[in-house]
Amino acid sequence: MNNLLAGILPQEGGLVATGSGKYNIAMGILALLSVVGVAAGVHSLYVGHEHTFGVSRGVPWGILIAAYVFFVVTSTGLCIVSAVGHVFGFKNFNPIAKRAVFLSIATIVAGFLVIAFEIENSWRMPVGNVIGANPTSNIWWMGTLYGAYLFFMMIEFVMLQKEQHKIATAFGLAGLLTGIVAHSNLGAVFGLLNGREFWHGPYMPIYFITSAAMSGCVAIIFFTYIAYRFNGWKMSEEMKKSLEGVAKLGALMMAVIIFFTSWKMITGITGNPPGKYEAMQLLLTGSYAPNFWLGEVLLGMVIPFVVIMAVKGRNMNALFIASLAGMIGIFFMRYDLVIVGQLVPAFHGMGLVDYPDLLTYAPSLHENLVVLGGVAFCGLIFLMGEKLFRGHISEDH
Amino acid sequence: MRIDDFEQLRSEDLSTLPSAERRKFLKLGLAVTGIYLGGSVLSLTSVQNAYGSGGVVPEVGKYPYNPHYTMVIREKLCIDCERCKDACVKTNHVPAYGFRTTILEKRRSLSGDKFETTFMPVLCNHCNRPPCVRVCPTTATWKDEKTGIVVMNPARCIGCKTCMTACPYNARYFKEEERAVDKCDFCLLSRLSKGETTTACADACPADVRVFGDIADPASRVFKLVHSPETMVWVLRPETGAIPNIFYINS
Repeated sequence: MNNLLAGILPQEGGLVATGSGKYNIAMGILALLSVVGVAAGVHSLYVGHEHTFGVSRGVPWGILIAAYVFFVVTSTGLCIVSAVGHVFGFKNFNPIAKRAVFLSIATIVAGFLVIAFEIENSWRMPVGNVIGANPTSNIWWMGTLYGAYLFFMMIEFVMLQKEQHKIATAFGLAGLLTGIVAHSNLGAVFGLLNGREFWHGPYMPIYFITSAAMSGCVAIIFFTYIAYRFNGWKMSEEMKKSLEGVAKLGALMMAVIIFFTSWKMITGITGNPPGKYEAMQLLLTGSYAPNFWLGEVLLGMVIPFVVIMAVKGRNMNALFIASLAGMIGIFFMRYDLVIVGQLVPAFHGMGLVDYPDLLTYAPSLHENLVVLGGVAFCGLIFLMGEKLFRGHISEDH
Repeated sequence: MRIDDFEQLRSEDLSTLPSAERRKFLKLGLAVTGIYLGGSVLSLTSVQNAYGSGGVVPEVGKYPYNPHYTMVIREKLCIDCERCKDACVKTNHVPAYGFRTTILEKRRSLSGDKFETTFMPVLCNHCNRPPCVRVCPTTATWKDEKTGIVVMNPARCIGCKTCMTACPYNARYFKEEERAVDKCDFCLLSRLSKGETTTACADACPADVRVFGDIADPASRVFKLVHSPETMVWVLRPETGAIPNIFYINS
């Protein structure tokens, strides 16, 4: 066992993590928040979600689903970003690849933690998915393929540590393919629902994949910068060039997402399409307008794009600001997508009396704590990884 | 560059290409052609009917289930006495925070200040192409092959609530007591399987608004109501493609 681990955990070389004081405090806080999140989740499981979560009959999916989507999109994106280097051979992307693979595992595990508390009977899932497998269900495909994806990414990471690059590339490709299919199915969970006009259409899977690429670029810049700053390391020139390349790819993806969002806005309001119009107006001029304009558009798209293009991807501090804004904005994108799509009630537009024009949802304390716990857990794994794997340094191969 | 240097350079034309490279290239070309050819041949073969709901493929005018239970709702007669709702709650142990069936109120403006109120009972439509059945990852819900009722197996439900999101009619709710999603099952468990012939709501209605029966039987009342001439028959939200099995008529 020790020999096995010795092959995977580098004993020398790479970068040494920061001294114990700062590290222990950070780990302590993150561990505490994770425990609080798990406790809130377990409490909700025990007393029933009706009493602790803000979800309702009309709005069954809340901030926990949004957080799950956020983590899973980021994970797929990190897999895509690492694959650009490893699988497709763009040498410039190699320095960030190891950390990206590790973080894709960390984020998907955090996502699974959040969803485990969202679905009411998560322990039935492994059994139910096998004996009651339903190939027309996008949730089934997503759940099954993400399990396979996690497996492939973990093997890829181990192989990278052992410097077995051919096998690592093979598993990286397998992880990339299952990740893309699983992630498109996550988009299809929303896009194939005829009854939800805001989501329905072929674009959800496409949007999710593009969004994943954007999230992955933003996330790797964010985490790399934090890792180097927290531990007091200095970025090598290769790393800086690599982040420059990632930032430019991220900016390209942002341009695509800006284009996509603009047309989604226009098609949502032109001709007042029933069901879609009310939801879009809620985002543009209604109670979700601050979420949309400040969160999604300004923080998530405009600021990162403008900053990256202004510095041409070269200034690391500016890139961090861009990635920080991007991460927050992307969370708003997930939240708005999941929630607003459900706020138009089933029998809208039928002239009903005493029937809400729009439903409402607000996250409860328990839900917020579980989300916080998930984020803290992801941070915990991230910091542990920086220490154990000595800064994820790789020689060029 | 001088002419001598040119002569020293390695020739870049095809004459210096070793035959092994040529063979490799040809093999690659053949492989790609083979894949395209195979794919084209495969695409010409006919595809089996793709089942979206994992059951009988619905056709207009055909009632493939035996009996094909349905309910015809004569909206104009409903007075919102809510006896159907009470009967459902009592018979099926529906908790206070949820409902299997409810009554919505429609208002239509007439000339001047006058308006016309119609009460519209709604329940699970037992769709013939049910979106809830399509999306359930563990097959905790399906359309029963014998009776056409969309049934729930609470023991299999993982509580992901995708069926609740997918249903265009808000017919499902999460029942804490069973830790599973619950919805109208045409009183299959509580009455039909015990020898009764109607649902609790249809039985309780004093105005004969809800007519329950087997639409596959041409002698049944529901068949006659749906197929009577000069009667307007409609379903809720047909644009979703769910092919609901609850019919509203204006007679």
